[in-house]
Amino acid sequence: MPRLEEHCWSCSCSPSVKTQELSSASWIVCKTGEMMSIITSVLRHAYGSMHSLQSANLMRRGLVLFIVGVVLALVLNLLQIQRNVTLFPEEVLDTLFSSAWWIPLCCGTAAAVVGLLYPCLDHHLGEPHKFKREWASVMRCIAVFVGINHASAKLDFANNVQLSLTLAALSLGLWWTFDRSRSGFGLGLTTAFLATLIAQLLVYNGIYQYTSPDFLYVRSWLPCIFFSGGVTVGNIGRQLAMVRNFSPYFLNET
Amino acid sequence: MPLKRLRQNISAAFYRHGLLCASYPVPIILFTSASILTCCYPLLKLPLPGTGPVEFTTGVRDYSIPSHESPGDLSERPDWYQGPPVAYIQQVLVKAAVSPWDNSLVPVDVFRSPLGRVFSVLEEIRNHVYTDRSLEALCLQVTDLLPGLRRMQAVLPEHGCLLVSPGNYWQNRRDLFDADPDLLKTVHQHEPKGLHTSATLKDLLFGVPGKQTGVSLYNKKRVVTYTITIALSSYDARFVASLRARLKQLHPSANCTLREDHMVHVHFKEEIGIAELIPLVTTYIILFAYIYFSTRKIDMVKSKWGLALAAVVTVLSSLLMSVGLCTLFGLTPTLNGGEIFPYLVVVIGLENVLVLTKSVVSTPVDLEVKLRIAQGLSNESWSIMKNMATELCIILIGYFTFVPAIQEFCLFAVVGLVSDFFLQMFFFTTVLSIDIRRMELADLNRRLPAEAGMPPPKPGPLRPRETPPPPRPSPHTITLQAPAFRNLRLPKRLRVVYFLARTRLAQRIIMVGTVIWIGILVYTDPAGLRTLLAAQVSEQSPLGEAGLPPHLGVAPVFPGRDPTSTLSVLPAPEPTPLPENQSQGHRAARPEVVPVSSPQITWGPEDEELWRRLSFRHWPALFSYYNITLAKRYISILPVIPVTLHLSPQEAIDTRHPQDTHHAPPPSIKTSDLQADLTLYKVAALGLFAGVVLVLLLFCLYRVLCPRNYGQNGVPHGRRRRGDLPCDEYGYSPPISEISPLLLRGHSMDIECLASDGMLLASCCLARQIRVWDAQTGDCLTVIPNNGLRRSSSSGCWEHRDGWDHIGACEAENIFPIRRRTTPARPALFGDQPDLTPLIDTNFGSLPPSQTLSSSGFDFGGLVEKAYQEHETSPTLAFPPSPPASQQRRRSLGDQPVLPPELPPQNNGDWDSSVWAMELRGNLIATGRSSGKLELWDAVEGSLRCSNEDGVSGITALAFLNNRIVAARLNGSLDFFTVEITKPLGLLQYRGPPGRGSLPPSPCYSSEDVISCQLTRSVQCAHQKQITVLKAAAGRVVTGSQDHTVRVYRLEDSCCLFTLQGHSGGITAIYIDQTMVLASGGQDGTICVWDVLTGSRVSHVYGHRGDVTSLVCTTSCIISSGLDDLICIWDRSTGIKLYSIQQEVGCGASLGVISESLLVTGGQGCVSFWDLNYGDLLQTVYLGQSSEGQSVRQLLVLDNAAIVCDFGNELSLVYVPSVLEKLD
Repeated sequence: MPRLEEHCWSCSCSPSVKTQELSSASWIVCKTGEMMSIITSVLRHAYGSMHSLQSANLMRRGLVLFIVGVVLALVLNLLQIQRNVTLFPEEVLDTLFSSAWWIPLCCGTAAAVVGLLYPCLDHHLGEPHKFKREWASVMRCIAVFVGINHASAKLDFANNVQLSLTLAALSLGLWWTFDRSRSGFGLGLTTAFLATLIAQLLVYNGIYQYTSPDFLYVRSWLPCIFFSGGVTVGNIGRQLAMVRNFSPYFLNET
Repeated sequence: MPLKRLRQNISAAFYRHGLLCASYPVPIILFTSASILTCCYPLLKLPLPGTGPVEFTTGVRDYSIPSHESPGDLSERPDWYQGPPVAYIQQVLVKAAVSPWDNSLVPVDVFRSPLGRVFSVLEEIRNHVYTDRSLEALCLQVTDLLPGLRRMQAVLPEHGCLLVSPGNYWQNRRDLFDADPDLLKTVHQHEPKGLHTSATLKDLLFGVPGKQTGVSLYNKKRVVTYTITIALSSYDARFVASLRARLKQLHPSANCTLREDHMVHVHFKEEIGIAELIPLVTTYIILFAYIYFSTRKIDMVKSKWGLALAAVVTVLSSLLMSVGLCTLFGLTPTLNGGEIFPYLVVVIGLENVLVLTKSVVSTPVDLEVKLRIAQGLSNESWSIMKNMATELCIILIGYFTFVPAIQEFCLFAVVGLVSDFFLQMFFFTTVLSIDIRRMELADLNRRLPAEAGMPPPKPGPLRPRETPPPPRPSPHTITLQAPAFRNLRLPKRLRVVYFLARTRLAQRIIMVGTVIWIGILVYTDPAGLRTLLAAQVSEQSPLGEAGLPPHLGVAPVFPGRDPTSTLSVLPAPEPTPLPENQSQGHRAARPEVVPVSSPQITWGPEDEELWRRLSFRHWPALFSYYNITLAKRYISILPVIPVTLHLSPQEAIDTRHPQDTHHAPPPSIKTSDLQADLTLYKVAALGLFAGVVLVLLLFCLYRVLCPRNYGQNGVPHGRRRRGDLPCDEYGYSPPISEISPLLLRGHSMDIECLASDGMLLASCCLARQIRVWDAQTGDCLTVIPNNGLRRSSSSGCWEHRDGWDHIGACEAENIFPIRRRTTPARPALFGDQPDLTPLIDTNFGSLPPSQTLSSSGFDFGGLVEKAYQEHETSPTLAFPPSPPASQQRRRSLGDQPVLPPELPPQNNGDWDSSVWAMELRGNLIATGRSSGKLELWDAVEGSLRCSNEDGVSGITALAFLNNRIVAARLNGSLDFFTVEITKPLGLLQYRGPPGRGSLPPSPCYSSEDVISCQLTRSVQCAHQKQITVLKAAAGRVVTGSQDHTVRVYRLEDSCCLFTLQGHSGGITAIYIDQTMVLASGGQDGTICVWDVLTGSRVSHVYGHRGDVTSLVCTTSCIISSGLDDLICIWDRSTGIKLYSIQQEVGCGASLGVISESLLVTGGQGCVSFWDLNYGDLLQTVYLGQSSEGQSVRQLLVLDNAAIVCDFGNELSLVYVPSVLEKLD
């Protein structure tokens, strides 16, 4: 989700980037193509191992996760651009949809991949996730995640270190409260690392810019947000997977 | 160790606390409510949240710019009153009128010349200089307008002082004003079309509410009001005072008593735009989803919604308490309450409440309520305390981030958590105890007849309510045990539709919408309600315009009227007319007209702060045009400077534009009025039309979505009430067409055995009468002991039933007494034929079965019987034989034109032994009797085709498959019989009544065939004990016995394949079908699923307390019912219990599966249909009027989706039409 903020900054601060954006658009397209191919390969693998109904389930889960990702991206994007809110609704609407079309798409895809990876990893590790498996807990988790974003966007911190440390503590708290599994932690870390790397690359290639980068090219709290986002999406994914798996009833009907 | 001690202590404390709560619910709830209110009391001091501006008034004289530093010295000073304001607003309120009014003046004159004077006043203001300070130096300098406002560029000032007046319409140039032919058009061309809520340009420039300006052709008061608004960036008291003095001096206001000593500071809250609203709304949606998913888990309580409400109340009031307590101790919330509220709720959470409920509900039901609460509390005490400690720790960590906002949040959260804990312990626990008690009372009321012996629970402080038991309790209550299966309820789409249909949402929304729309229409309609009210008020007001011309006064709804000015019930000073006004010398000119009122300029207190009547967005809107936000800042509004302008009629005439006179004089008012009306009516008509179309559209949609008019369909069924209707959890009962059972009457006693092959239906009652019915129509085809005529007469209930003619009847009637007298002679006549005696004797059960076994062979006995049959109508005594009667009788029964003389004996069954088992295949009925005799009857003709008396022990169970009959006997032996048919040559196969020949399935036996039944093999000791169940399918015969084992035999060679051991009690139910699925249930309540091919046990589940009474399988699940009145549905492959249905006490144990998803169960005088996928009760069909006490014990599902069940001495045939459609 912080990619949104990156973009928001780039929109407001670097009009010169726009020309580069065109050239890098193709790069993004090929990147998304890569992602899609990964997804399709995952799906194919899934298709090979399970029967068709389950793959349909997988698709459905992926779709739900994708939508969740897109909605979260849009909302959190709004949270980030709230600071220069004006009195004119027209203008606000302009800024609402001025963000590049690929931001929600990327976030949705990432959410789908991560959310499908979590139950898959659980399955392969052979330790099904039993902790707080219910929708209420998932909703709580999402709310806390939005709250973390809210805090990062709205609160005034003394310095960056404090902000990053607070967010790190909050993310860890989120994991401890709602996940508490080693695989979840590992996957969250991986997600955070990869996403931060991608963000660094994007900024390096000039698609983004931060007003005050303090961690190479990006903000230092970015990994925390990615981590908590990964845990949240993983939570949703697990819950979805459990709902589907819980009814062998439906599986037997075919 | 200390941890354990601590744990025990906590547990004990909770236990005691639970006892306390459950013992004194009412005082505790009162105490809690009181404490909540006390804690919330400080909240009253907090300002109500909202985005409206806040005001603060100071005196003008000793005004100084508030400093930043000293906020605390003045207690009444608000927080925001710090630093200089964005701007000082100085308004010059101009009231101008042409007076005396001359009737030669046209309506335009009312405002043209008064407006024209604005330029001179403006000039005056701009040029005002006080000790080298001019307005230019003091005023708020503005730059460009926002880029989006090109439209307003010509009107609003740019690059200079922010000074707005009506003169801005003409770029502050008098020449443009004079050249303007139509002032109104100029003013109105900038007005936005349609609905607008914020400030319009007219409001901005005139500075008074649009209605009060008086700039209109129909201004009755003929006073024009406008302001010149000056925004000053710095406040120079002397300059302002001098300006005021100057203006007052130039334009004196005679009777003006406006106060000038107060300055109002207006603080504006942060604007909430869409961008901020969306995340907020999202968090709230997440919050509601959280609450929904949480409260959904509350289960097994009396009132789910009540508890959910209590849970939400607990959390909310704990939040309120936390805010209240924080305020009490001097911490004023600075965070935006609306924003952090969802996060607070999420942090505090509903988990504890749910855990509590679950824990209390899962305590043993038979305990006392107090003890249940206490136990539930103490069970969860440790986890509750642990969670609470963890959360407090986390929040404490948050406190040490030293970010003020987070610290404040944490503080709130800590107080909220503690108060939430308090409320959970006192409020929620008590509510829970009340709920549990209510549930127990309800249970008690329901169960009282069945468990009258149980001691009543100790009445707590709550008196048991004397609720009268419902007239007919709904026969089944269903409890889904796995909560996750709530997901498996109806499809979402249907649920939405049902929800819409149930609440009549569409209609209600349409209705409410229409009402609101009409209300808006009426209210905003200039000719509507408001003006009407205004007119009435002004009529009553003595200060209203007394001198109104009558032709105008009679129109109470007059659009052009200025309602607000009419409404202003000014406590105006007594009309102290100005000297100029006195000269009303024009009355003589038009003596017939009521004198024209002369405009009077009055100044009242309401003029002091005229800006209050403007939209509260007026100032933010004005400043926002220059990209200056007022959010979280304030402006200071200086006291208004009143300016009164009196113009002479001559001046008005001089300033006229040539075109002004072309405006139609008063008569034109009407036409334009009409025009206005016309457009209004057009709009109204269009709106109405659109509304009607919308309604029609929604109605059509509604009809499409819910095509059935549920509830009103068909005749009201007498025996179905609202409570009996199947309801889903939303209270909506899906429409199912009416099912009415077909009652088959005829048996005189309770029906014992029931068999069917789909087309025919055979039943046998305790009176050993076998009847064959047509399963399609319910007609009785055959009565098997048709010599039972005499039996029935002897039993006193003779019925003229089977088409016997009167002669026969009379004959019979006359014969019987005589023959009965001859009965003692029979044994002598036939020697040792003991079975003739019970033929006559009415006491059927008197002879033990063993005695009925005669040493004589089967054929001989049959012959004797035949001989007896031939002679029975006319034997020996009194009457001569009457062959026609007997022939007629046979024809009517057997549909045979001629009675073949060589027919095998017909009705010589073993009448003294009862039928224990019966099977029907084709048109052969196999009956197993308690005497061990196996008989084969022709179902259509009612004749005995063959009989086998090889066995001695009573036949407990029969299986008839293909041409083999397997009989299980009481002594544990198993006999295999083969039915052989020898067809006589040259005879066509003949089956039953004409027209039904093609219907029944194989095997077909014609009445001419000679059928013999050979015992092929007898397994003597198949089981150690009595065989209880015998089922055959797919070439296998499966037996279950009291000796805890199940045996599988091959049908062809009677070879025992497996002995299945696994039950620890006698076998009570077995299910096997064509797909070789074998399931067995025993007295120990276990259900085993076996693999018939390997003999291995697939799964073994413990299902019931008590015997498993019935077992049925579908392709995906196993359904079992037990003596504990529970119906359990198991997953067939995994053996996991999907859910269970709790039935009424004493329900029959009969089960049947009609299709993959439709289960039918027998109950007390009714059968119930269930949806297997969701466990929903679909429908309950009552079988007869006298259903009490009669329970359905046997239930057969026929191929044509009909079910047959016994019901006392009647049979009931119930068709399920919807399933029939599905099957097709």
